[in-house]
Formats: sequence, structure tokens, C-alpha cells
Amino acid sequence: MILAQLVFYLLAFVTVAAAVMVIAARNPVHSVLFLILAFFNSAGLFILLGAEFIGMLLVVVYVGAVAVLFLFVVMMLDINFVQLREGFLQYLPVGALVGLILLVELALVFGSIAMEPALGGAAVSATEAGVTNTEAIGRLLYTDYFYLFQAAGIILLVAMIGAMTLTMRHRPDARRQDIGRQVRRRPGETLEVRKVPPRTGI
Amino acid sequence: MNAAMIDLAPALPEVFLFVAGLVLLFLGVFRERDGLSVVNPLVVLALLVAVVLTIGADKGPVLAFDGHFVFDDFAAFLKVLIYVTAALGVMMAPAYLADARMGRFEFPLLALFATLGMGMMVSANSFLALYMGLELQSLSLYVMAAFQRDSTRASEAGLKYFVLGALASGMLLYGISLVYGFTGTLSFDLLARSFLVGEGAAALPAGAVVGLVFVIAGLAFKLSAVPFHMWTPDVYEGAPTPVTAFFAAAPKVAAMGLVLRLLFQPFGDWAGQWQQVIILVSVASMILGAFAAIGQTNIKRLMAYSAIGHVGYALVGIAAGGVAGVNAVLVYMAIYVVMTLGTFACILLMRRHGRYVEGIADLAGLSRHQPGMALILGILMFSLAGIPPAAGFFGKLYVFLAAVDAGLVWLALVGVLTSVVGAYYYLRIVKIMYFDEPAEAFDTMARPELQGIAAVAAVLVAGFLLLPGPLLSSAEAAARALLP
Repeated sequence: MILAQLVFYLLAFVTVAAAVMVIAARNPVHSVLFLILAFFNSAGLFILLGAEFIGMLLVVVYVGAVAVLFLFVVMMLDINFVQLREGFLQYLPVGALVGLILLVELALVFGSIAMEPALGGAAVSATEAGVTNTEAIGRLLYTDYFYLFQAAGIILLVAMIGAMTLTMRHRPDARRQDIGRQVRRRPGETLEVRKVPPRTGI
Repeated sequence: MNAAMIDLAPALPEVFLFVAGLVLLFLGVFRERDGLSVVNPLVVLALLVAVVLTIGADKGPVLAFDGHFVFDDFAAFLKVLIYVTAALGVMMAPAYLADARMGRFEFPLLALFATLGMGMMVSANSFLALYMGLELQSLSLYVMAAFQRDSTRASEAGLKYFVLGALASGMLLYGISLVYGFTGTLSFDLLARSFLVGEGAAALPAGAVVGLVFVIAGLAFKLSAVPFHMWTPDVYEGAPTPVTAFFAAAPKVAAMGLVLRLLFQPFGDWAGQWQQVIILVSVASMILGAFAAIGQTNIKRLMAYSAIGHVGYALVGIAAGGVAGVNAVLVYMAIYVVMTLGTFACILLMRRHGRYVEGIADLAGLSRHQPGMALILGILMFSLAGIPPAAGFFGKLYVFLAAVDAGLVWLALVGVLTSVVGAYYYLRIVKIMYFDEPAEAFDTMARPELQGIAAVAAVLVAGFLLLPGPLLSSAEAAARALLP
């Protein structure tokens, strides 16, 4: 069990430290990198708990989200792209550090599970025996938590309506493609054949 | 977990509202140009149908959705109040929206979804359901606050409301997580049972107390109670007036209902733990509402401080506790929304040369130009100030009586003193309307819906003394359902 605790404390410590660095880092790009580190570590904690589905979800969803967030940071903070590329190598130490920590942790997690198979969620089982994580969550979502699941759906619908209400503008002068009109057009309406006498323009 | 169909009957009004919202969303999208004029009356109709469904439903109390949802007399009282106020709020909006060139059909729909969220809030029977309802309501309100996207003031109001609202949600969630961590359940029924351990039993775990305080802080934000009131004046002033009118009425009722159910059902046996917090918030709200409103020149800002003060008075009833206290809070909130809606209907009629004005000084000499409107606004101001025989006086009377009966004489005294201070700025409006040098007249507008709402509100507050029975008896039934 001492190994499990070691892994837990390592993951927890790095999560907290990375979270602190997210707000402490002066450079927004560093913040984003530390955010990724924090997410990976939280995913590791979930896997230690035996909730591998949520762990994987965290990585899949948040790595996608972080990519978007990264774009937002770059877009909204008005960072000069040329400058960003110029100094790209200066991020190498931070990036390498993050990568190294991740590598060590992965090795630790999988190494410890290999050494002590009981570690992979057997200590605290979140689900009944023989039911996978995904299945258990699915069962709960569509039965006990059906109401909340639907409510979350309505909230997302409102978020969509809101985003469109606040940002979409109808520009009458914008040029849009109207396929119907394009197809209906006949050469006679637009083309005019003229005889051009030599040496004079139209 | 059984294979039977989920019983939707207790949640029929909400299910109906949701389906109506989806249908009207489609309708609005396909109508494009005249979307607002088609969707708006239909949203009002849908809300009124929900009122009928609520009144007709079986008030068991019944549980639905695996105990996340509860429907009883308490929920029914609040839902009728919320749906009617929301319908009136939506009814007041379209003329102003068209004038301000933001007549888009999303507005009534967002109001509908916000109202759905409020219905879910007062029927919530677990922390998860509470949070979902609250977020549905808040998210719709954030968008409504920023609805006038070409106005920097409205955008600022929306952004401020959103950022502070997110902070409040964060506090609420942190509190919920603490309560969950220390008790192991999120269900109100289970929480009530796990705490119900008889005389001399173990105290509430300290962590759960801290969590409860955080939850109250998060909800106090939604109620705009001091010290979480900072957003209120700016949002009230910056948001378009119909949005402010909507904000000031139904959401306050829903948040108050939520606080009542939370404090009296799962934490009912631990009144000693939360009473001081409520008293503190209440006293601070009453004092700030009374003093900060004095210097205001914008009537919407004044109404914001007025709302803060009134929430403080209503919280006195919660601090008093018991059936009498809950009853007083419910009566107070019902009277408050009538007064608020009437006042905002008058504010929406303040237009000069085609532009809406919001200054208190603009009301000068209203008694000469529009004696009817001056009389209505005057009655509403007397009622807001709590001067007998207007309804506002009785609202305060019940709350203070409950406080005195519960032994909180000094709290009732603070309430009376701040009411006297508050009366100054309400009566100042009456003085400006009747005795000041007349300003230019307002445009004469044919807005039957606004004039009707203002007149009905004035008649209701002035005539409350003659026929208080229906409100008092239904509030009593609701209070008994909450505290069996």
C-alpha cells in the first residue's frame, strides 16, 4: 500500500503545484502548459481511484478544450505571432520539464500497477463487480440522474441560444452564396454579345 | 432502478414549459421578421397554462425523478407566483424592445427558460437539482442582461453579472462539496433524516457547517443580499428596463423559495447553526438598502437598493423561523413582486420625445400632466415604504410579528428603524411628483398592457386590507407543507 500512497501524493502534489503555477505564471502560454499538466495529473488520480472512464474523459475532453483555450489566449491577449515563433525555443525548458514529469508519472503509475496489480482500482471499487465504469455511468445517467441529465441538456440549449443571440449579426451587405439563384441564372440574363468594331473600345 | 416509465405527472408544468419552449424556438426561427410579435404572446400563454397545470396538480407531496424533484403546496404556491410574475414580465417587454431596436424573438424564450429554471429551483429536492435549476435560471438571465448588445452599458451589466454570478456558483459548489463530503449524500430527504438524531445527539459536523455557510453565501448572491449585493445597482441600471423588471420580480421569489426549502427541510433541525448568518445578512441588507438609496438619482438604481432592503426584511422572517416566519416570508414576497411589477410598469411608461428616461427628477410635476399615473406610482411608493393601509405595511407587519414571537425583538426594531429611514426616499418621489416645479410632460403612449399592470398592482396593494384571505390562507398552506 505504501506504493499507492507514494503515487497518490506525487500526483496530488504535482496537481496542486501545477494549478498554482497556472495562476502564478506571467506568460499565458506557460499557464496553458501548466494547465495541461494539472489535467493529466487529475486524470492519474481518477485512475488510481478506479474511475478510468472519467480519467480518460478528462484527458480527451480537456486536451481538446485546452487546444481551444490556447487559441483563445493567443487571440485575445494580442500576442505577436512573430515574436512568439522567435522565442519558441525559450519554451523548451518548461515544455521539457512538463513532458519529463508526465513521463516519470506514467512510468510510476504503470510500473506500480504492474508490480502491484491490486492497485488498479481494487482498493476502492467505484462500481459493482463485473460492471465497467462506462456502463455504470451510463446506467446511472439514464435512470437515477435522468432529470439532471435532461436539465444539463436544457442548460446547454440555453447556452447555444445565448451565444447566437449575443454574437450573430445579420449583415445585409454581406455576400452570401445563393445556390438557387446561381442555378436559375441563364446566360441570356447576364451575357451580352456585342460587336466591337476594330480599333475602338466599347 | 426499475423498468417502469418515469412518472412525469408531478413535473407536468415544467415538462409543458420545456416542450413549449422548444416548439416556440422553432416557430421563432421560421418566422424571422415578425418573430417577437408571434412568440411573445405565446410565451405568455404558455406560462399561464403552466399556472393552470400547477394549480390542478396533485399536491401530495409527491416525489419524482428518484427523489430529485418534489411537488407540494409550498412549491405550488411559489410556482404560481413565479409563473404569473414571469408572464407579466414578458408581457411588459415587447414595446420597449421594439423601440430600442432589439425586438428579437429570443428574448421571451430566454425568459421562458429562466422561468423553467426557477420552477426547477423551488421543486429541487437535492443539491444537484438545486444547482441545475439555479444555473439554468442564471445562464438565461446573464444573456438577458446583455441582450442590448449595441449598448456598452448593457454589455457591461451582463458581463459583471456573469463574472460575479460565476463566482457565486463557485462558492455554492464548494459549499455543496463540503456538505457532501461530510455527510455522504446530496439528497435533501436523506440529509434531513441523517441529521434527525433526536435529543443530545452528535452535532452537525463542522465541515458541513462551513459548507452550509458557503451555500448560503452563494444563494445570498442570487438574492442580492448584503454583502453579496455589489452587482445589483449596476446590473439594474445597465440592463434594458424590461430585463430589470424581470430580474426584480420572479428570480427573487425563486431564490427565496430555494433558501426556505434548503434551510427548513434538510437543515431544519440545525436552525442554531444558520440563524446568525441569516440575521447578519438581513440586518446588513436592511441598513444598506435604507441608507444607500437616499442619494440615488436614477430610478432603476433606486429600485435596486430598494430590492436589497426588501430582501433584508424578508430574511427577518427566515431568521424568525417556524410556520409563522415562513408564512410571513411568502406573504412578503408575494406583495413585493406586485409592488415591483407595478412600479416597473410605470418606469416603462416614462418616455419623453421618443426616448426612455430614468431620472427621478424627470418625474417632477407628473401629477399635473398624468394624474392617473402619478396616483398609481404614489400608491406603490406608499406601499414600498410600508405605510398603512397599503399592502407593504402588512407584509412588514407579519415579518416583524414573527420576529417578535421568536424572541428577536431587536431584529424587528432594526427593521422598523430602517423602514422609517427608507420611507424618506420613497416619499421623496411622491413629493417630486406632486409638489415640484413641473418638468416637461411624458409622451402619451397607448400601452394598455403597461397601464393595466400598473393599475391592477395599485388596486391590489391599496385593497389588500379588504380581501387578504386568499393570499394569507394559501401562504399558510404552503408554510405548513414546508414544516410538517
